[in-house]
Amino acid sequence: MSTPNGTPREISWAQAINEALTEEMRRDERIFIIGEDIAEAGTPFKVLSGLVDEFGTERVIDSPISEPGITGIVVGAAMTGMRPVVDIMFGDFITLTMDQMVNQAAKTHYMSGGKLKVPMVMRTTLGATRRSAAQHSQSLHAWFSHVPGLKVVVPSNPYDAKGLLKTAIRDDNPVAFFEDKMLFQAKGNVPEGEYTIPFGVANILREGSDVTLVATSSMVQVAEQAAMMLEEIGLSAEVIDPRTMFPLDKATLIESARKTSRAIIIDEGYERYGVTAELAAVIADGAFYYLDAPVKRMGAMDVPIPFSPVLEDLTVPTPQTVLEAAKTLCGRV
Amino acid sequence: MTESAQSTSQIASVDREQWVHLYEQMLKIRVFETQANQLYLSAKMPGLTHLYSGEEAIAAGVCEALRIDDYITSTHRGHGHCLAKGARLDLMFAELLGKEAGYCRGKGGSMHIADQDTGNLGANAIVGGSAGIATGAAMSAKMRGTDQVAVCFFGEGALGQGLLYEVMNMASLWKFPVIYVCENNLYNEYTHYTETTAGTLVDRAHAFGMETAEVNGQDVREVYVTAMRLVERARAGEGPAFLVCNTYRFFGHHVGDINREYYRSKEEEELWKTERDPLTLLAEWMQAEGITDTAVLDQIEVNVKAEAEAAVEFALNAPYPSLDEVDRHVYA
Ligand SMILES: Cc1ncc(C[n+]2csc(CCOP(=O)(O)OP(=O)(O)O)c2C)c(N)n1
Ligand SMILES: [Mg+2]
Repeated sequence: MSTPNGTPREISWAQAINEALTEEMRRDERIFIIGEDIAEAGTPFKVLSGLVDEFGTERVIDSPISEPGITGIVVGAAMTGMRPVVDIMFGDFITLTMDQMVNQAAKTHYMSGGKLKVPMVMRTTLGATRRSAAQHSQSLHAWFSHVPGLKVVVPSNPYDAKGLLKTAIRDDNPVAFFEDKMLFQAKGNVPEGEYTIPFGVANILREGSDVTLVATSSMVQVAEQAAMMLEEIGLSAEVIDPRTMFPLDKATLIESARKTSRAIIIDEGYERYGVTAELAAVIADGAFYYLDAPVKRMGAMDVPIPFSPVLEDLTVPTPQTVLEAAKTLCGRV
Repeated sequence: MTESAQSTSQIASVDREQWVHLYEQMLKIRVFETQANQLYLSAKMPGLTHLYSGEEAIAAGVCEALRIDDYITSTHRGHGHCLAKGARLDLMFAELLGKEAGYCRGKGGSMHIADQDTGNLGANAIVGGSAGIATGAAMSAKMRGTDQVAVCFFGEGALGQGLLYEVMNMASLWKFPVIYVCENNLYNEYTHYTETTAGTLVDRAHAFGMETAEVNGQDVREVYVTAMRLVERARAGEGPAFLVCNTYRFFGHHVGDINREYYRSKEEEELWKTERDPLTLLAEWMQAEGITDTAVLDQIEVNVKAEAEAAVEFALNAPYPSLDEVDRHVYA
């Protein structure tokens, strides 16, 4: 890991992403970014504001509303010497890009016997509770995580977002980079200057001894709040953020579960057949003889995300529901 | 005959009362959207919504040419289509507020209003996402031997989506009774369509040998008579059509899109609002033709506004869904 040298500052997630792209685009002329409303509009979330002023519309490219098309273009450009980033406005729309990502980008290196490579990044979003209803609220990062050949990044704070995005851009493989749209304005410490964060290294955000909370992306803050609530009732929770779905830092998860003997996995994707199932299996495999309770999974409820706020709020794990689950696991009910 | 010459003769043959009805339909949409914006501004509506104001002539004109059992599919900017096809104001507002009384029991929200009773197969928040559905509905009508027609509403932004071309090819090949209505309001969100769209719009349909028409989408008379013609053809088994309606949205892309000068000028907005307002255009023409007078139009306005206010009141007071609704209707 290259370490930051600058002085600490507080900036938003959006600024951190913007900085990562700016720094990388200055460093490497082969990088361009393409997507819908990303140039003058700077994306509907205003994450890329100003980028076009420095790099022009040749490198910050507004596209038609053609997700499969821009993804395919990026795959081809990446195979032939460019290092592109494609912006898919909402994570729900990755469904449109599936063939390009799954059958093209992911397999090219392998199918060519290692001759071709696809150094591209797809930036997209995940996360509910924005009252955006069923087609704009899903967390579909498990879909790409399923596919050999793809790497999947799920940062949880501005510092990680910046460092991981730079690593993603420098990686020689197709990388899907999922950002929680509820966190775009969240602030965090991001030192000035150059740093990167390697893939496959989990972050232990809080050490504990009674239960391990493995949380991803949007759910990391939920786990941290639950850990504080647990502390008040005398339970010590360890909070771990894997940061990348693949490569996955299995060792850190297993080691923590062996130490605490209990684990809860919290992720905003649908619970069934999802990230929580995979991570729970990793822990069950590696820490079986050390566990005092079955590994608990907490994902989004297995329903299309409802619009009505009273219903939507029921579909995602909250600090309260994590607290209850942890108490049950620790025999505190 | 050119489209407009053809229109002129057809306009003359329309029952005069029908124009007054169209005015009322358009006004209903306008008033609905004004209220929806108010609900957003006063923080009573969850999330965002995309207003149809300025484009009313298209939904009203096209749906006027349809029967209640004909199908439509709609978009993220869909309130106008739903209302024109016969949806009720109160149940629409209730859906916008996430209430159980809403068309989708509060689960769909502004972008997903569906109403089987009026042939509305649903608004869709995926750009171009309903092209397959509308085409499939037309195929089904043909297979079932009904003479129903399906209308697929979409913005010009959907011309970027490949699905649209796949289904247009099949619709033309197999003569499905479907009308593709392209609402060209000049912008894909915050980007002018000329920056995203090569060639001309109607030429896309020509490539499939499809019947095409292009109309002034601010003039409900032109929209209506052209839609009538295309719907009749489709109903008679003569195949699909592609109708481009040139129009403009008066508000932002969504209600939160307030500062718009970086992508479109105030002058442009003013021009469309003052000189190309579909309601004003129709009202002025009806008065000039002696079809109606201000007293009648004023009365319509009073009635529509009263209905809308009562509908908002109803929606505000309606209860949220009970919590056990959350996992109901996942499967049939
Ligand atoms: C497949 C897909 N890509 C992107 C979006 C985000 N988006 C919502 S509306 C919109 C612009 C649509 O423009 P247009 O089709 O012209 O409709 P208008 O909003 O002008 O009515 C975009 C890009 C989406 N909803 N679906
Ligand atoms: Mg448009």
